[in-house]
Amino acid sequence: MKHLIPEFERLKARFPAGFESSLVLPCVRRIQEDRGFVADSDIDGLVAYLGVPRIQIEEVLSYYTQFRRTPVGRWHLQTCRNVSCSMCGAERLIAHVGASLGIGPGETTADGRITFSTVECLGSCGTAPVVVVNETYHESMSIERLDALLRELG
Amino acid sequence: MPGKQLLMTFPVTATSHTLDDYRCRDGYATLERVLRQQTCEDVTREVTAAGLLGHGGAAFPAGRKWSVVNLNDGQPHYLCANADEGEPGTFKDRWILENAPHRLLESMLIAAYALQVRHCFVYIRGEFDLPYRRLAAAIEEAYAAGYCGERILGTDFACDIVAYRGAGSYVCGEASGLLSSLEGKRGYPRNRPPRLTVQGLYRRPTVVNNVETLANVTGIVANGADWYRSFGTPKSPGTQLVSISGHIARPGVYEVEYGYPLTKFVYEDCGGLTGAAALKALIPGGISTKVLTGAECEGVTYDHQSLAAAGSSVGSGGMIAIAEGTCMVRLLQVMLRFYHHESCGQCTPCREGTGWMHRIIDRIVAGRGRPGDVESLLEISRRNDGTTICGMGDAAGYATVGILAKFRDEFDYWIEHGRSRLMGKLEVGIDA
Ligand SMILES: Cc1cc2nc3c(=O)[nH]c(=O)nc-3n(C[C@H](O)[C@H](O)[C@H](O)COP(=O)(O)O)c2cc1C
Ligand code: SF4
Ligand code: FES
Repeated sequence: MKHLIPEFERLKARFPAGFESSLVLPCVRRIQEDRGFVADSDIDGLVAYLGVPRIQIEEVLSYYTQFRRTPVGRWHLQTCRNVSCSMCGAERLIAHVGASLGIGPGETTADGRITFSTVECLGSCGTAPVVVVNETYHESMSIERLDALLRELG
Repeated sequence: MPGKQLLMTFPVTATSHTLDDYRCRDGYATLERVLRQQTCEDVTREVTAAGLLGHGGAAFPAGRKWSVVNLNDGQPHYLCANADEGEPGTFKDRWILENAPHRLLESMLIAAYALQVRHCFVYIRGEFDLPYRRLAAAIEEAYAAGYCGERILGTDFACDIVAYRGAGSYVCGEASGLLSSLEGKRGYPRNRPPRLTVQGLYRRPTVVNNVETLANVTGIVANGADWYRSFGTPKSPGTQLVSISGHIARPGVYEVEYGYPLTKFVYEDCGGLTGAAALKALIPGGISTKVLTGAECEGVTYDHQSLAAAGSSVGSGGMIAIAEGTCMVRLLQVMLRFYHHESCGQCTPCREGTGWMHRIIDRIVAGRGRPGDVESLLEISRRNDGTTICGMGDAAGYATVGILAKFRDEFDYWIEHGRSRLMGKLEVGIDA
């Protein structure tokens, strides 16, 4: 985490003085982008750097669904399962991903290539159903487009 | 388009979100005029006179919220744009963030001037990747051009804007939960009083407004309250960005002038239902607003008063069209799973209530429903209403009560026969 401190310093400059606590979320996000997950040593580093209580960081990590303490596959494929997506075929899509990869939501393929999750509304309901791979939205998905996407994910 | 437009007034192109294009549309001219010619009070007075209502769900008048902030209290004040956009069915603020980020920034700077705010935040949901990149790029452009930071446009006014990303939590869209999250903690909503305009972010007076509410400020200040009131109806001035999805031929974001006929919007502007199916039901403003049957939509105009008279509300502008043949039991199951998943767990009625409701509906769908299950769902909803810290407890109840009041027969059928009368279908008009 230490190599990110110059970046954190630039971030801090945009915040008012005394807002160290607010930096927990952006710092955790950046660490996760860098390492893929948040390790114990990252928490130690943040406690020292920001001067916030350790429990605050632990609480944040356990509260927000986007943060994780363990690695995911190279590709994190997330399928929306909320109302509009379900009305436009998300349930078939989710079943199809599961059958194609041989894993259920929350699991990673044995080769560590793909982690598959379901998520709640992604704010993209007009182009349902929606699949997110890492950060990128893939909208108006069909079984055919999903198959093509799975083939692309090397 | 459904009526006159206030926000979607330019063609979206590959560059329409940039500062150069925004400047060609008179961008930041209003900020400049305000800083040179108007007082803080002038701005708030105009916004109040315009009758600008909150566009985030509760339709609270923006001017009234702003007026609570005491400009002479010697404390720092904060302004937060709520770009969490988590209410299922809602994707309208995303249109502003992606296509008109400078419109939001200019409005925030004008609001910050009126409220004597030195530091502003845009709290944007963590999943929004393109919207975040567009917003962050716009903020950098604004700094480089001297619209943000110290001595803005050569005046004494100074203001910073930070884009702050959430990390996947629906209750962080609730204004006080948002501030807890912005303090770098769990997004726990807080009890009121004190109001956030009295004690908000780090216990300082804070205004939280929805992205679309703020985006309207520039137009109001540029053209005046009377001009704004020439849009919409006397009691619902202006327009609403409506995101429509579900079984609809042309889903997307539309700017609807308040007072526009609801069924005309659905059938003419949005092309009617997929496969020309009949409209079984319509969720007007995100799943937390009460569902209307197709018949109840007849004669309704799209504004706060008419929707309230029909028994629902504008909510967050997230409209979902539901075609004949859709199983409402399965639909409610998806909703209750969501509320249970998103409850932050602080309040017993919400934490336990959403869990009970989720388990009851799962049992019904598994064919093990029991007589009395529907009464239990109604009773839990009733006990949630008004007994929790934030509105999520209420919302889960509204969604449930709305569907049960109008489609109870589908629940009774499933409980009695152990299966859906509509084969549990959520997709309609597609061969599964
Ligand atoms: C559970 C819950 C979630 C909410 N989510 C959002 C949201 O995503 N975006 C939003 O603008 N308001 C949301 N709200 C409403 C906010 O609490 C607040 O009323 C609003 O941001 C105020 O802005 P406005 O007055 O401009 O509408 C939510 C409320 C609740 C109870
Ligand atoms: S109502 Fe629910 S979501 Fe809101 S504070 Fe209470 S437990 Fe949390
Ligand atoms: S329901 Fe899937 S993006 Fe909104």
